[in-house]
Amino acid sequence: MKVSDKDVSYVAELANLELTAEERARMLRDLNSILEYIDRLNQLNTENVPPMAQVSNRYAVDDSKQGSEHFAYAMREDIPNGLRPSLPREEALKNAPDADGTFFKVPKVIER
Amino acid sequence: MVTSSETSVAARAKYEPVIGLEVHVQLLTASKIFCSCSTRFGDPPNTNVCPVCLGMPGVLPVLNRKAVEFAVLAAMALNCQIRETSIFARKNYFYPDLPKGYQISQYDKPLAEHGWIEVTTKGGIKKIGITRVHLEEDAGKSLHEGFPDAAEKTAIDLNRTGVPLIEIVSEPEMSSPDEAYEYLTRLKEIVLYTGVSDVNMEEGSLRCDANISVRPRGQKELGTKSEVKNVNSFRFIREALEYEIDRHIGVLESGGRISQETRLYDANEGKTYGMRSKEQAHDYRYFPEPDLLPLAIDEKWQAKIRESLPELPETRRRRIVAEYGITEKDAIVLTATKFLADQFEAAAKAAKNPKRVANLVQSELAGRLKAKGLEIEQSPISMNGVAMSADLVESGVISGKMLKELYDVAFERGKDFPVVYEEEGRPEQSRDTSTLQKIIDEVIAANPKQVEQYRAGKKTVLGFFVGQVMKLSKGQANPQLVNELLAKKLE
Ligand SMILES: [Zn+2]
Repeated sequence: MKVSDKDVSYVAELANLELTAEERARMLRDLNSILEYIDRLNQLNTENVPPMAQVSNRYAVDDSKQGSEHFAYAMREDIPNGLRPSLPREEALKNAPDADGTFFKVPKVIER
Repeated sequence: MVTSSETSVAARAKYEPVIGLEVHVQLLTASKIFCSCSTRFGDPPNTNVCPVCLGMPGVLPVLNRKAVEFAVLAAMALNCQIRETSIFARKNYFYPDLPKGYQISQYDKPLAEHGWIEVTTKGGIKKIGITRVHLEEDAGKSLHEGFPDAAEKTAIDLNRTGVPLIEIVSEPEMSSPDEAYEYLTRLKEIVLYTGVSDVNMEEGSLRCDANISVRPRGQKELGTKSEVKNVNSFRFIREALEYEIDRHIGVLESGGRISQETRLYDANEGKTYGMRSKEQAHDYRYFPEPDLLPLAIDEKWQAKIRESLPELPETRRRRIVAEYGITEKDAIVLTATKFLADQFEAAAKAAKNPKRVANLVQSELAGRLKAKGLEIEQSPISMNGVAMSADLVESGVISGKMLKELYDVAFERGKDFPVVYEEEGRPEQSRDTSTLQKIIDEVIAANPKQVEQYRAGKKTVLGFFVGQVMKLSKGQANPQLVNELLAKKLE
């Protein structure tokens, strides 16, 4: 067992999740089985393989170019609304559970 | 300021404070870091937002090239090494002004590392290390006050969400609040010079958190630190640090323990207060941002960015001192902003005598500004005006006394020197030599020995006579004229 029930509760709390005892048990099982699988992958020798955080790192690049230009297309120029215009405010606030037409409203946040 | 009375001077001498600073600086891009919403300050709330910065499902961030260039430029100005490949990471936490539930930042592979700033301390010049400079996005703004429903609700404006920031983390190498203050002053100045930010604390484009601990002098191991957050002026940071040092020492001296916590500074009371926060709030579960490619800044791109690096304040200060023969203190005033330094140098170079321009700034301008409570940027007399007045004195058209009067008029009317000079009808000092002749005759009669020396070939004595005449004329005589008349008389 890599993960304990305590770890599950801790991670759930960090993620603002309220889990029932049943759900916790299922999470415990799932997490452990995932980590066991990772252990199997760990048997491979990856000493000379650079870490890959996302697949786009591997595929979405221009292989004919070196250095910065290799990834260059993934950036944009600094032009306001150049890529996509900002939303009208009504639109931006539309999905919020609470708003006053100008601001999003949330239950009082107490700083101290 | 409130100081714990138990914290005696003796107790304070036993401990050494250790301070590290984290400074967030907003970059002056026109659009946000990962979407093209405007970054303009003061726009109506929630009007510069889009699906990307609102954290809608399915959107993808696209990196702003200018934000990268600005961050690299600032890092270079702070003597950092730029990483050829840095990685964006998600910092996970819940807060209402963070719509995605995570902030895109950088973690174990930041944009730049290993920099430093030179700071003047009591013990001389000290290098304060900069651990790292990384790129990240800003969060939105929570407004707790000023609404009819403020007792139950907090208002959120997400215009600022996604504005590019750099975080500059120092090494824990400052050992007094004064050093921290000095570090921040220099840091602000350097960033201003690069032009990547306006570092305006009121508008929140520079924010600072301070880490502070104390340890018995001579001990290597660091004490437990507290973090003071969201202090909105350099002066308050210095005060908050003073308070914290006394608090730490007071706790330790009475046998207590410092708990690692985040504290807020109340400037009205001059005290810090612990925030009631859950301990796990510090577990951010960083992981590489899967929606962004690695940030590759190769040598070629770095070299191109480096071309736009201006001469930095410290270097410029040293050069200006050497070039114009002004004092270190005045050089600090004249190089406070790049704009001012550029103006000064342009004026000094255009003038017949650059040193006279520098001298006028020190002797005539600085005092008048201080009396009016003005910053040098707000001076009615521009550097060009100073240069023009310097030339008029240099060529003997106006006297030193007339210059003073014209400066007074300029400050009264809030107008620049050339305008006032026109308005006053282009005054010229009288070349009427009769009064001056009288003084010269007196001086010559009173100093027969020097006259003899001069006539015997010791021409340097002329300087002595000029000095005497100037003194008797109370500085009103035109030195060039005095020279001419004296030479003629003594031949
Ligand atoms: Zn946006």
